Amino acid sequence: MQASFDIPFSPDVLDYLSVLSAQLMRDSATRAFPDVGTFAFFCRKANLEKWKKAYGPLDGRVGRGVVFHIAPSNVPVNFAYSMAVGLLAGNANIVKVSSKDFPQVTLIRKHLEALQETHPVGKRVKIVHYPNTREQTDAYSSQADVRVIWGGDATIAAIRQSPLPPRSFDVCFADRYSIAAIDADAVFRATEQELSALAEGFYNDTYLFDQNACSAPHLVLWRGAEAGRTRFWKAVHQVATAKYPFQDVQAIDKLDALFSQAVAIGSRQIPTQDNLLVRASLDTLPQDIDAYRCTGGYFLEHTLVSLSELSAIVNRKYQTLAYYGFSPTELQDAVCGLPGIDRIVPIGKTTEFSLFWDGFDLIRTLSRVVTIA
Amino acid sequence: MNIDEILDLDPYALPHREKQAMLQERLQELTLHHYLHCPEYRAMMNAIGLDTTHLPAYDALPFLPVRLFKEWELCSCPKTEIVKTMTSSGTTGQQVSRIFLDRATAAAQQKCLTRIVSQFIGNKRVPMLILDTPAVIKDRNMFSARGAGILGFSMFGSKRCYAFDENMELDTESVRTFLSTHEGETIFMFGFTFMVWQHFYQKLATAGYHPDLHRAVLIHGGGWKKLIGEKVSPEVFKAALHDVCGILPENIHDYYGMVEQTGTVYVECACGHLHASSFSDVIIRRPRDFSIADTGEKGLVEVVSVLPESYPGHILLTEDEGRILGEDDCPCGRKGKYFTIEGRIKHAEIRGCSDTYASKF
Repeated sequence: MQASFDIPFSPDVLDYLSVLSAQLMRDSATRAFPDVGTFAFFCRKANLEKWKKAYGPLDGRVGRGVVFHIAPSNVPVNFAYSMAVGLLAGNANIVKVSSKDFPQVTLIRKHLEALQETHPVGKRVKIVHYPNTREQTDAYSSQADVRVIWGGDATIAAIRQSPLPPRSFDVCFADRYSIAAIDADAVFRATEQELSALAEGFYNDTYLFDQNACSAPHLVLWRGAEAGRTRFWKAVHQVATAKYPFQDVQAIDKLDALFSQAVAIGSRQIPTQDNLLVRASLDTLPQDIDAYRCTGGYFLEHTLVSLSELSAIVNRKYQTLAYYGFSPTELQDAVCGLPGIDRIVPIGKTTEFSLFWDGFDLIRTLSRVVTIA
Repeated sequence: MNIDEILDLDPYALPHREKQAMLQERLQELTLHHYLHCPEYRAMMNAIGLDTTHLPAYDALPFLPVRLFKEWELCSCPKTEIVKTMTSSGTTGQQVSRIFLDRATAAAQQKCLTRIVSQFIGNKRVPMLILDTPAVIKDRNMFSARGAGILGFSMFGSKRCYAFDENMELDTESVRTFLSTHEGETIFMFGFTFMVWQHFYQKLATAGYHPDLHRAVLIHGGGWKKLIGEKVSPEVFKAALHDVCGILPENIHDYYGMVEQTGTVYVECACGHLHASSFSDVIIRRPRDFSIADTGEKGLVEVVSVLPESYPGHILLTEDEGRILGEDDCPCGRKGKYFTIEGRIKHAEIRGCSDTYASKF
């Protein structure tokens, strides 16, 4: 792989990504995959210009050379975002995509390959696909100036077995834990339209990735009266009923979690209509609450006396705090100085990609600065 | 009725209404017993708001997922009274179920198994041909559901002979000697379905050795997953065995059971149906809301048993799928529900970036 030391947001890269965006949007196959559509939307020139502007001066910055990305096995389009960030920071990119066959990956790869010969930036992208063998990871790692590892703690540990050159480093996106804070009275006051947008947004934050994306809330912290909560969950259940491909074994998984957590942390079931949505409440928050979770629509709930309760639970694993009816600044004040929480975002936006992720400024992390004295 | 009175009932003659009444009383009693004596069970029941002063009908009593026995040590008797801890490996990786038995529950399990199995092999012990290797009992690493099953059923054997050597090769010499010693007697054969096929049937089919087993009764279990992969149906299985050793197809009985409810096994009748005995029942539930499925409808298998006193395993939700075929009207004449097992439920395919799926619980 030929290294690249381009400037961040270079005109060539912006042009390349916007051509990719246009091609994806033109391809009728994209319509079947909203996640590919969202990626294409992210790559529009106007959006990238907006990001560039938001960054302000990046004087003296150039790419670090070669970034080796290891994409997660279960989020199909993540590899493309990772690659786009590597390009925007000025680098050449080797991207290992999931060994699972995702049509989204095939679709995006097709367009990337078409651009390989026709666009000058095309050669800065190399997509690789191989079973998890040490040999290849060793080879690609030895060329990397930065290695970006998406995945769980186990994946990270496995990849780290492959050495990097002395000056290179890893940027790891490990297992994280996310929560939500909702003001029930605000839900109660919401119009039908606002409510359905909220429920839809919450569905996308959670069920859309089986409540297993690192940004998906597992714990819902409430303030306000009961009526708003009932209204919220009824609306969420409705969306899930219409959209979620429920798997039979999830009924067992959730019942098992319910009983296990009852023993471990004294949570109690809040009855729901069916196993699509399982709720349990906690009177007090145990310090290790992030260890207790399930997937596919299982929520622990707690009524906040005060936002200062966050300080007792938030640790380095905490990533996203999704909110509704709270003001972002009161939340920011509550988590300021805590070891975790990297993002405070409205419900519905937790999976939205940002150039700031897990507390990393990705453009600055993937570039180096040439200083002049 | 106390457990001894219950176990004196005919295993297959209790009609629906009487069985319902008996199970209702016994299972409510057990629910209360475990609520009082197993703190973890009590926490679980409190979590779902069980009102112990007004317990519902037995098919509405709470069921525990079997997985919980891998995650917690659930015990309803003083630790000092545990005489035996049974373990099973399962599909969840290295974790094993731990089932704690006191003297009374262990004895009840044995009596129950005897009551059921004697319906198929007769009331007295008979020579037993074990279609497995003695290594499965000796080697602690191999000791598993397989070993436990063999030990559990061994009490029906007056004399025992292992048909396979340490390398799982058919020990023709020993089998020949054993059968000639017991010529004219009923032979009880026991083994795991896949082992029976792979190491017994297939060896006989190619070896040209055709022992005379027309008086034998075979009880086998462990599931059909591997055989379905080889396109071997229960009918083919029976016919093929008949061809190589003369055993009558109606004397070949599959059984369904689990270490979490040892004793109350479900044995296949001559019509090819698994039967609930008077001492247990099967309820099929819809995964979506745990409502009870209709006859013939596929769902999750819940099993209830009158036996477990020393651990809260009287009402369990398994990870198997099955369907009820009927109740009290099987052409074989046995009362109770009869059903089929369709195999283990498919594990979830989960999206998302985290690889610690259900990291702790």
